[in-house]
Amino acid sequence: MALRDAQGPYFGEFGGRFVPESLIAALDELEAAYADAKADPGFAAELATLHSTYTGRPSIITEAPRFAEHAGGARIILKREDLNHTGSHKINNVLGQALLTKRLGKSRVIAETGAGQHGVATATAAAYFGLNCTIYMGEVDTERQALNVARMRLLGAEVIAVKSGSRTLKDAINDALRDWVASVDTTNYIFGTVAGPHPFPALVRDFQKIIGEEAREQVLVLTGALPDAVAACVGGGSNAIGIFDAFLDDEGVALFGFEAAGDGADTPRHAATISRGRPGVLHGARSYLLQDEDGQTIESHSISAGLDYPGVGPQHSWLADLGRATYRPVTDAAAMDAFRLLSRTEGIIPAIESAHALAGAIELGHELGEDATILVSLSGRGDKDMETAAEYFSILDSSEGPCS
Amino acid sequence: MTSVDSVIRARRDAGGGALIGYLPVGFPDLQTSIDAAVTLLENGVDAIELGAPYSDPVMDGPVIQAATERARENGFRFAHVLEAVSAIRERIEAPVLVMAYWNLIVQYGVDRFADHFTAAGGSGLITPDLIPDEAAEWITASDRTGLDRVFLAAPSSSDARLKTVSELSRGFVYTVSTMGVTGARHEVDAAARGLVDRLRAIGVGNACVGLGISTADQVRSVLEYADGAIVGSAFVSALDSGGLEALKAKAIELASGTRATR
Repeated sequence: MALRDAQGPYFGEFGGRFVPESLIAALDELEAAYADAKADPGFAAELATLHSTYTGRPSIITEAPRFAEHAGGARIILKREDLNHTGSHKINNVLGQALLTKRLGKSRVIAETGAGQHGVATATAAAYFGLNCTIYMGEVDTERQALNVARMRLLGAEVIAVKSGSRTLKDAINDALRDWVASVDTTNYIFGTVAGPHPFPALVRDFQKIIGEEAREQVLVLTGALPDAVAACVGGGSNAIGIFDAFLDDEGVALFGFEAAGDGADTPRHAATISRGRPGVLHGARSYLLQDEDGQTIESHSISAGLDYPGVGPQHSWLADLGRATYRPVTDAAAMDAFRLLSRTEGIIPAIESAHALAGAIELGHELGEDATILVSLSGRGDKDMETAAEYFSILDSSEGPCS
Repeated sequence: MTSVDSVIRARRDAGGGALIGYLPVGFPDLQTSIDAAVTLLENGVDAIELGAPYSDPVMDGPVIQAATERARENGFRFAHVLEAVSAIRERIEAPVLVMAYWNLIVQYGVDRFADHFTAAGGSGLITPDLIPDEAAEWITASDRTGLDRVFLAAPSSSDARLKTVSELSRGFVYTVSTMGVTGARHEVDAAARGLVDRLRAIGVGNACVGLGISTADQVRSVLEYADGAIVGSAFVSALDSGGLEALKAKAIELASGTRATR
């Protein structure tokens, strides 16, 4: 079987449905609605129209030669998901799931968000389709991504700051699941990544795989060949699966996922789930996760709110175990260096999440040499990160100006 | 050993129903949680459901979340669950069940847990986030050891799913009374009555209703149609605000709702 054909609920030993019985009917209903939609050419056509008239697809690719000089001279090609409406790849999935919500006849959507990108995309789709919208966001994240909270509220969404547990993405998912258990009759849960119970890992991947499908053709046209390597950041893993999918059965294309290593993968403060975790069950699926000896989830740490998650999608765990994709840690410091480097060499300010993939690409460029072509998922733009970056680089009202 | 099935039967034969009390292990500390479980059993509660505090408890409402977070801050370890079961069973003859999110059991080892839990005198496991479809390993381990296996039934469950849940559950079926998480509500949802009726129609012997029960009247009204009432948040709140004395008073109050209801 081609790797691209994996549909869940299991990806090897990973995946499944480890959720309360109360949610099974809703998951079955969603799975059935999605199967109907897949069989209906009208659904794909409606989504394609939305992408061309609203999202701004196809997103372009941009070669980054000045950046590449710092990456061993390899050709670096960026897939520009940062140019999508709402500023990241998250809109790809949200529009698909919002259309499913309409098919289900439900009037309200809920979502979790870490960096706020998925929450903003969901709030945007809710405004566009006239749906009520509640976004769960860890209190810590509402503080470090305050601008995105304002964006969601401006779009008409209710934003709930989650105060339980570590007050980050994992706890936002817990509260969204609790909401859904109680509201499932009227509410669809627009899950933001390729984790969670079946059918979310397959469903979200299917809505994100357009990234790799476009990029594969675009790179072929530009270079006449497939890339030697594809690089993406991995939190839950939706942009990574999205860009990997089209290449899964291309044996000559190496796939690299870059996880957030925070202070360092060998310190207690990181989010390198596959690199340093072990298999377990979290948020409805069996996958790698950061946990203590007892199976309690360990809080993750990353400068990037979008990667600050102790779990990962089950398909990534499977690809890692198969050896089809390689997952490596990238520290906060390396990601921030790449963040600044891309800004200064190419005039593109990436999301800090995406900067992890850029840091990884620098590493790969040195390993693969100047004949290599590396496709990088630039999953989001950095506007939302300006406060974090300004503080990190001390460039607000300090003696060191931005051009120092 | 007294099984939860025999306790429920005895209550039903006497014209009433069973009261099952939930408490988290390690709240506010390990010894107090053991004493609290014994207090409940000495004051009219028929069986205990010990919750294992977990970092991501998606089925728990705010009261139990706060209690389990405190238990974890105070040093809860999973091994304390087995210690508590053993300590309670040494002091009193009653069924002690454990409610644990599945990753805790996976990491301990499903077979290892079944063996150690049986040795400690435990009677069964309630699995809030393990559905029968994913439970092959646990079904084998519980059949081997004879432990009770309590799956959840929800108002949204299809008839086919209710049949699977009832066939694979042993001890009782945990009937989720409302579409929501744990926490006392002013009224126990009428959905519970409909769900128990559906379970009866497919031949379920023991259906216990949980989630949302906090007064003697609610216990009484649930036991008009169900075999057991499961109370969690109300006991946890009592223990939190007034210690063992308040817990004892709450147990006596709620137990008054269990007698000769039909």
